[in-house]
Formats: sequence, C-alpha cells, structure tokens
Amino acid sequence: MNAALLAELRPTATWYLVLAALLFCVGMVGVMVRRNPLVMFMCVELMLNAVNLSFVSLARELGDIRGQTIVFFVMVVAAAEVVVGLGIIVAILRRRPQATADDLAELKG
Amino acid sequence: MIAALEGPPIGWFDLSPLLVLLGAALVMLVVGALLPRWPRGLYAAFTATAAGATMVLAMVLWDDVSDQGARYLVGDAVTLDGFSMFATIAIAATVLLACLVTDDYLRREQLDGPEVYALYLTAGIGGIVMAMANDLVVLFLGLEVLSLSFYVLAASHRRRSAGQESAIKYFVLGGFASAFFLYGAALVYGGTGSVRYDEIVAAVNTTLLVERKDALVLAGVALLIVGLAFKVSAVPFHFWAPDVYQGAPTPVTAFMASAGKIGAFAAMLRVLTEALPQWRDDWRPVVWTIAVATLAVGSILAVVQTNVKRMLAYSSISHAGFILVGVEAAGHTAGEADPSGGVAASMLYLLLYAVLVMGTFAVVSLVGRTGDDQTDLDGFRGLGRTRPALALGMTVLLLAQAGVPLTSGFVAKFGVISAAVDQRSYAIAIVAMLASVIAAFLYLRIMVSMWIVDAEAGDDAREAVRTPLSTSLAVVLSVGFTLVVGFAPGWIVSAAEHATTIATAVAP
Amino acid sequence: MVDVVWLIPALPLAGFLLILLFGRKLGDPKAGYLATAMIGAAFVVTVGVFADLMSMDAEERRHVSTLFRWVPVGDLQIDLAFLADPLSITMCLFVTGIGTLIHLYAVGYMHGDERFSKFFLYLNLFALSMLVLVLGENLLVTFLGWEGVGTCSYFLISFWHERESAATAGKKAFVTNRVGDWGVMMAMFLAFQAVGTISYGGLNAAAESGALSQTTATAIAAMLFVGACGKSAQLPLYLWLPDAMEGPTPVSALIHAATMVTAGVFLMTRVNPVIAVSAEWVTWLIAIVGAATALFAATIAVAQHDIKKVLAYSTVSQLGYMFLAVGSGAYVAAIFHMVTHAFFKALLFLGSGSVIHGMHHEQDMRRMGALRKLMPITAVTFIIGWLAIAGVPPFAGFWSKDEILLYTYAKSPVLYVVGLVTALLTAYYMTRQVILVFFGEARWKDQAHAHGAHGDLGTHADPATDAHESEAGGTDGGQAADDHGEVHTPHESPWVMLFPLVVLAGLSIVGGALQLPFSSDLHFLEKWLEPVIEFGEADIHHTWAYENKYVLLGVAVVIAAIGIAASVMVYAKKKVKAVEPTILEQAWYYDKGVSAFMGGPGRKGFDAIAWFDAKVVDGAVNGVARLVNGTAGQVRKTQSGNVRQYAAGLGVGIVLLLVWFVVIRGIL
Repeated sequence: MNAALLAELRPTATWYLVLAALLFCVGMVGVMVRRNPLVMFMCVELMLNAVNLSFVSLARELGDIRGQTIVFFVMVVAAAEVVVGLGIIVAILRRRPQATADDLAELKG
Repeated sequence: MIAALEGPPIGWFDLSPLLVLLGAALVMLVVGALLPRWPRGLYAAFTATAAGATMVLAMVLWDDVSDQGARYLVGDAVTLDGFSMFATIAIAATVLLACLVTDDYLRREQLDGPEVYALYLTAGIGGIVMAMANDLVVLFLGLEVLSLSFYVLAASHRRRSAGQESAIKYFVLGGFASAFFLYGAALVYGGTGSVRYDEIVAAVNTTLLVERKDALVLAGVALLIVGLAFKVSAVPFHFWAPDVYQGAPTPVTAFMASAGKIGAFAAMLRVLTEALPQWRDDWRPVVWTIAVATLAVGSILAVVQTNVKRMLAYSSISHAGFILVGVEAAGHTAGEADPSGGVAASMLYLLLYAVLVMGTFAVVSLVGRTGDDQTDLDGFRGLGRTRPALALGMTVLLLAQAGVPLTSGFVAKFGVISAAVDQRSYAIAIVAMLASVIAAFLYLRIMVSMWIVDAEAGDDAREAVRTPLSTSLAVVLSVGFTLVVGFAPGWIVSAAEHATTIATAVAP
Repeated sequence: MVDVVWLIPALPLAGFLLILLFGRKLGDPKAGYLATAMIGAAFVVTVGVFADLMSMDAEERRHVSTLFRWVPVGDLQIDLAFLADPLSITMCLFVTGIGTLIHLYAVGYMHGDERFSKFFLYLNLFALSMLVLVLGENLLVTFLGWEGVGTCSYFLISFWHERESAATAGKKAFVTNRVGDWGVMMAMFLAFQAVGTISYGGLNAAAESGALSQTTATAIAAMLFVGACGKSAQLPLYLWLPDAMEGPTPVSALIHAATMVTAGVFLMTRVNPVIAVSAEWVTWLIAIVGAATALFAATIAVAQHDIKKVLAYSTVSQLGYMFLAVGSGAYVAAIFHMVTHAFFKALLFLGSGSVIHGMHHEQDMRRMGALRKLMPITAVTFIIGWLAIAGVPPFAGFWSKDEILLYTYAKSPVLYVVGLVTALLTAYYMTRQVILVFFGEARWKDQAHAHGAHGDLGTHADPATDAHESEAGGTDGGQAADDHGEVHTPHESPWVMLFPLVVLAGLSIVGGALQLPFSSDLHFLEKWLEPVIEFGEADIHHTWAYENKYVLLGVAVVIAAIGIAASVMVYAKKKVKAVEPTILEQAWYYDKGVSAFMGGPGRKGFDAIAWFDAKVVDGAVNGVARLVNGTAGQVRKTQSGNVRQYAAGLGVGIVLLLVWFVVIRGIL
C-alpha cells in the first residue's frame, strides 16, 4: 500500500458527517420499530449524539470553535432529558410493569 | 489565564422579564422544599405576581426599545425588540391565567404542589427565550426548556393514567422532533458557518462556501421547519397534539395550547423571516401546503369528536392553520424593509387565541368535575340550566373561537385573512374561510349540548359543576378581554403592528 | 327622529336581555307580551324615523348614525354604523311591523309550551339580528346580523329538538347557510382589497364613478349572490327551507317567509350599483337561477300533502320571483313583491298555524276539509291570502307579481313565460290547498279508519271517486263531528291569534296600493326608493312590454283564472257540474285531461321532481356531510394512538419536506 493511497484513506470530515447521518438514521428507525419505551428513549439520545458528532466535525471543517461549544449545550440538554424521561418511564412502568409503547394507546381517534 | 476570560456584557435590566420568572421558579422550588406547608393559594398568588411583574417589565422595555431601538443581548444570543416583548407579555398573561385555573384544580383533585407552578414558570421562560432567540442553539435551548416542562406537567396528575400515557407520547415524539431540529441547525451551521440569524443572512452574501442552492443548507432548512412545525402541531406533525391535549390535566392543556403555541410560532416567525429570508421562495410553498393541510385536517376531524378536550385539540390544530396563513403572508416580504402585515397578524392571533383558549379550557376544567374525566359532550349537557352564567361565558368563548364578529376571534381571523389577501394569496384565504365554515359546526355542537339538549335521567345524580372563585375570575377575564377586543380592536391591533415594526425596522 | 335609528335594534336587544334575566320568572304569557312590546316599540320608532325621512328632500334621505369606530386600523376603517335610508327603513317597517303581529300571535300559539320564555328570547334575538342586518352601513355590520339571523334560525328550527327531524332540519339549515356566509366573507375581502372600504356608501360610489373595475365588480356581485342564494333559499341551496318547517309555525311565518329569507334580495338591492357595473352574465345568472327556482319549487308544491310544506315550497318559489326581478333590474318590483309577499305569506302561515292549532297539531291536508264553518275567521283571512298569492286583482300579490313580469318581459320573453307558468301553478296549488283545507268533506272526523282511501287525494283526483265521496260525505263539519265523539272537533283559535290574521288580511288586500301601474303618480314605492336604486334600476320605458303593459296585465289575470279554474275542476268540480251542465261535458274532457295528466305523466313528473328534490339535491348535501364524515373516518385511522406510528407519520412528513427542499428546490 503506497502513501498516496493511505492519504486518500485518511478520514476526512465528510466521513464523520456520513457516520453521523447513519447514526442519526439508526436512532430514527429505532424510535419507529422498538416497543420498549426505554429503548425508544435511548434511540432519541442516539439521534442527539449523532448531531453532536456532526457539530464537532463541521466545526473542525470550518475551523470554528463555536460548533464545539454547542456540543456542551446539547449534552446538558440530553442530560436533562434523561432525568425527565426516566422519571416518566419509571412512573408508568411502576403502574404497568410489562407495558410496551404499543400498549399505551387509550388515547386515539 | 482564567482571569482574562471575559464573558459577554449581559444587560441585566434588559433581561429582567426572564430573570423575574427564573427567580420566582427557584424560590418556589427551594422554599417549597424547605417549608412544605405553604397556605394553599399562596403558590398561585406568588406565581401570578411574578407573571404580572414580568408583564409590567416587558411593557417598560417595550417602551424603551421603541425609543432606543432594538438591540442584541448576551453576546448577540437574544434580541430585545418589540416582537419579543409582545410575545413575553402574551406568555406571561397565559402563566397568570393558568395559575388562576390551576389553584382550584389542585384543590379539587387534592394534589399538592409548588412543582406545577415552578414548571409553569420554567415553561414560560422557555417560550420567551424561543421568541427572543437570535441563535438557533439558543432557540433549541428555549425549546427544550419549554418542552421538558410540558412533559412533566402532562404527567403531573399522579392518579390519571391518561396523563402518563400522554406524557410518554409527548416525550418520545417531542425528543424525536427536537433531534431533527438540532440536526437542521447543524446542517445550516455546516453550510453557512454560523447559527446566528444575522450571520446566516450575511453568510449568503459574503462567503464563497455558501450558495443559496447548497443542498446541505436546504436540508437544514427542511429539518428546522420540521422541528418548529411539530411544536405548533401543524399537519403532518400534529399526531401528538390530540392525544396529549386530551390526556393532560385540563389546566395544563390550556397552558400548552396557549403558551406553547406562542413560543413556537414566535420562534418560527423569527427563524423564517430573520434567519432564512433568502430561502423564502423555497419555504413559502411548504408553509402554504402545511397551512392548507392543517386547516383541513384540524377542522374536519374536530367535527367528528365527542370528547370536548379532544375536539378543542383539533380546533387548536385548525387555529394553528390560521396562524400559518399569516406566516405564509409574512413569507412574501420576508427580509424586506417594508414590514409585512403577516407577522403582526400572526402575533395578534397568538395573543388573542391564547387568552381565548385559556378561558375555554378553564370552563372545561370545571365541567370535568372531580377526577377531570367528564369532558365528553354529555358532561356539558344541561349546563345552561344548572350554571347559566358559566354556560353563557363558554358560549361567548366558543363564538369567538368560531370567529363571529364582535369577538376577539373575529379580529384575529380577519387579520390573518386580510394579510393573505393583501399578498394576493387568494387560494389560501379561501381555504381558511372554508375551514372556519366547517369548524363553526363543532363549536355549535358544544353550545347545543349546553343549552338545547334536555337533561337525561341520572343527570341530577351527577356531581354538580362547581364554580370556585379564582377559576371564575379567569373565565371572566378571558370573556371580558374577548368582548373588549371584539368591540374595540383598534388599540391591540395597533400594538401588534407597532411591536413587529420595531423588530423589522432595526433587525439586520 | 332619524338620529335615534340605533334605538330600533336597541329595543329588541333590551327585550332579549330582560327575558334572559327575568324570562323564567315572567313566564307564560308575560314574557311573550314583554317581547311583543319591545318589538312593537321598535316599530313605533321606525315609523317616527320613516316620517322624518319623508319630510326631507329625496336626495337627503340618507342618514348614517355611527355608534363608534369599530376597527380603526391602518387602511381598514370600519364603523359600527347604522344607515337610515329609504331601503333600510322600508325593511325595518315590515320587519318590526309584521314582527310585532307574529310575536303577538306566538303568545297564543306557544301558550303552554314548557320553553315559552326561551322561545321569545330567541325571537327577540332574531329581531335584533335582522334589524342589524338591514340597518348596517357596511358589509361587516350586515354580516354580523347575517350570522345572527342564521344562528337564531338554527335554534328556532330545532326548537322542538326532541323530534329527530327538527334536529336534522336545523343542522341542514346551518350547513347550507354557512356556504352562503362564505360567499359574503369572500365579497367582503374582495371589496376591501379593491376599494379599500366595505361601507355601502364607499362601495356603491366606487361602482357609480367607475373606480371599480368590471372584473372586481363581477367577482363581488357573484360572491354576494352565492351568499344571497344560501340565505334566500335559491337553487341549489334552497333545500334547507322546506325542512325548516319543523320549527314552530310563528317561526316559519316570521323567519322563513316574511323576513330572514328576503335578506338575500335585500343585499342584492343594497349593492345594485355593483351589479349594474359587473359583467352581464351575472344578471343573467341571477335571473335564470331565480326563474328556475320559481318554477321548480312551484311544481314541487303541487305534490305536497303537508299544509306547511306547500307554503314552504311556495315561499321558495316566490323568492325565485324576487331574484328574477333583481336579475331583470327591477329592484323596485323586487322590494314591492318582498313587502306584499311578507303580508300574504305571513298571513297564510299564521292561518295554517291557526288550522294546525285548531286541528290539534294535524298537518296533513288529507285529514282536513270543510273547516270554513268551524274556523270562520281563519278561513276568511286565509282565502284573502290565497287570492293575494294567486294573483287575483285587486289583491296585493297581483300588482307586485305583474310588475316583476313586466320587467322580465323586457329582459327576456323566455323568462317571462317561465314566470307565467309559475304563476299558473301558484294559482293552481294554492287553490288546491284552500279547497282541501276549508272546503270539501270533513275528512278529519274519520281519522280512526281508512286514511288510505284518501291517500292520494292531494295529487291525483279520480273524478268519479272524488265526486262520489263529495256527495256521500256531505260538507257540514259540525254535524259530522257530533257523530264521532272521540274525534277532536277543530276549534277556532283565540283572539290573540286571530287579530294578527285580520290585520295581515287587510294589508294583503290594500298592499298593492304602494305601487299601482296606471300612472307614474301612483308609483309611490318607486319614488320613495329612487335615491337608492336609480343607478341599478333597468329602464324599460321604451320597450314593447311597457307600451303594452295592460296586455300583460290582462294575460296575468287570465293565467291566474286558468290556474284557479283548473284546480277547482280537479278538487271541487261538483260546483261546476251544478252550475253549467252544458259545459260539463267539456269540463269533463278538460278534467279528464287534467286528471289523466295529473294521474299519469303529470303526476309522475311532479313526483319525479319531488323525488329529485328528496334524493338528488338533498342527497348532495347529505353526501357532502357523508364525505366529511367519511374523510374524517379515514384520516382518523392515522390517529391510532400508537406512538410508533406517529413517529412514522412524522418520518413521512420529513421525507416529503426533504424531497421538496433538496431534490426539487436544490437539484432541479
């Protein structure tokens, strides 16, 4: 393998952006197909972190520090979401231990 | 090194409306935890006072910006202008009314709690930040503060399983939509090099990196619209709204329908007209389509409901469609120096609708009776006989929602439709009028249930509808405002126009 | 006096509020008298304003009384203002005048109803809304009243909501009317967009000065016509009106005959300069829709059995006449007919109410007959109303109908013929009604057995059977009733109900004097209305029709006579047999012809039209309702309650948005 090829294969920002997009899609599909509220919730967190990865790589690409600081804000938000989300999920699971997302469909129409 | 790190100038007084709400929320939590036995009513009174103070401060600042001009605060993160102060006043008003309704509700349901009030305050902060933001990430923070408060509020009635179901649905879908919004912000950042509204606008002219047709930015715009459209419950991102509105405790529903809509629409207007005016020909058709779909789905589905809370949820979707008509009108002149009537009309609609929907849900909260579950149409049967004054107030509010002349609802609808006609968006104006024609039927159904349908056997055995003082006060305030604006709308229409002119004239 | 024009709507408002507060305490009948007094006082004020206007010069008869500036924003300046001018005061005079009589009548009619005071509450609210509608100085104030009368109409139609049919009828009225409201809203925005004002003064002035372009004027006129069609029950939006007869009879008389349904005609007259400058097809559309409605409804009326349904279709038909007049540029004639129609149709409805009241809520004409001896005053006044609507000189209806036909001839002889045929049918079905109700044998006494024997009397009359029955049955109702003890004997109504009948009968006799064709000195109404309508009024002075107006007058008399004669032949031919034995044979042929026609193709024709009405047109409206419900049902399925499906729904929306932005706007 020659050096030129290696340089070609060195990860660029685009790679990270594509990876982030894939992670985001994994999270998105996860919300749509998983029944366990906790897993759905984790998928949402995955989406947020995929965006974080995008911010970081874009910041590097642009040579701009602000994209990286944004990530800290998002992490704080994600932490707050964990607190609230787990609270709600625990409250529901305490009442109905086996409940899946599909069982919670009394409100409809 | 650390000492050299200087923060941006803050402008403490300019932020005072937010700081008052924040301080009140903290006091409520800390003192509420230390001294668990406040006399009942004091929580509500304290929160309402804070909201009132916020309104006064916002008015002072409004006066200030109309002399001194609009300005950026906290390192250009938020804008202080007439628009944001108008939204602040509207949101503080909803917090105030929500306190009045909630106090009686908590007593009746034997629930405790300073938490609910603290969450009203934080949600209010979130909404105001959304309206003031000059930065997509600040907007995201406001959005999350608002949403997280709402998730908890929806589940705040511990004994209602419907409330918990609505909370988890709202939470999952809300998080889902927020993630899209944030991804949109990231893509716009990647394309333009900034998340600040004014810099995004400037980037198109200065940076070689950006083209208007850049696919990255366009995808970002699409995802930003998704996040905001979700929050305003526009079709096809509306699915959460009926379930959440029906399941949440009624005062909370009232608060979501009013404060939530104000914050989200204010943010949407600002993002679209101040950050993305160069893409207006791209997003305007989208807003157009969404508005038409929202009007149609909201009105048609509302008519076939039997639960009044759900009915009003769909009606709220239909109202969102009306406001989107105003947004569409604003889109024609976005970014131009000449202010468009669309922004003013939308903001006015938000304020009038917020007060209206607060009053309507206040009545629903009383009719729900202990347990908050008699919100079917049957629950309203015979209200005209047993509680004529309450039924009369509800009738006025429903007529206003239907847009009958001499009520605030008419002023609101007239405003957005004229704005659309002014921009020659005839088709959307026609659809809006048709939707109001269809939706009128649903308000009529509730009125018929209250006034005309005769009592059935067993009705007298039902728990009587009580009309406690503070909720009654909220209804009276709401009805009074509706009628005053209906008879003399001039002052408030001018105020809305004045507020939005300050924003447009000075914004970059 | 003209300054207090605001008092006219204020008095019913006061009545409404008083009954709202004290209605239940006042009860039956005091609440009714209070409501009557309020509307009566409004009538007195109207007369005062009228006298004041009369004393002014013709061109000064226009007074705007502004209560306050309602919407004072930027370009949009709208006042809550009332306009007192000849047109609005004419409307007010008969709205309050006839309104007072009908309120009074209702005190008797509704006696004993458990929701007595609520009825008068709605009635006063209706009067208020109607007065706001006609007095409004701009489209918005009119629209306020327009919505108000619609809502009151809905409440009053479904007043007896225990009846399933009443509730359905109310809904239908509401839905159809909303279509019309939409037209008015559109017109309002168009007017504001084009002229910058929605006041009648500004709009009409713009039309007269040519500031309003023809295209815009056409659009405004067409949209207002859509509104008028909804409110005034024209094709294809007429179908709520016959169903509206589910309401109490005073409501039918006041709202669905005399006042509210004429609002469309009023609105058209109000904006006549706009219609005058719009494209010609608009007037043709109005005239053709009017003529078609007139004829269509008249043919349906022939096949009805319900005493009120006949009058309801007749109302639709007469409203068609008024629109025919509007389309022909005959605004004076339209208003003239509106006034005389209000007299005689209110009379007929109240008369039918008196019959229904006396018959203990029987409405089927096949179970009536020979009531003239038992209800003499009702019968005499009803007969006067019949003569007026049938177009017999010198009763009021003759003159106004003739005036319309005169202008119609000038517009188009074809429409004139349609009008004549309608007149013929009108005379025919009204005669039929009078004979079935007040003459013939007393069929109400044998309710207990065999209704079926008379089942089809209404439309097909086999001469032999009919003659047999008439001879056998006898006509002396009083005697007959004695034979059947358990049958309720019909009785005359109380004076409180008869007094309005007598007054209205008087007006139906002399109402024609408002506008007599013989000399222009006798055109009182035309002179009075001239300042309002002179721009839009058609000039027919040099047409063939005008020069031969007496010929047309003669034709109208002949047509009315033929219609009445035909009906008499069919439904009461016994008399003819007795008087003119030699003509009898011919009469028999004629009669056979008519009967064969009525029993065969004619009957089928009328039945077919009635069927078309019930199934197709009605079906269309129900179809729209079903469509809404069906669509809602389908869309509701997406709201499954399943959060994962919601997320998928969001996903679809996101993909659509991305496709739009990235693919369509970005790449293409």
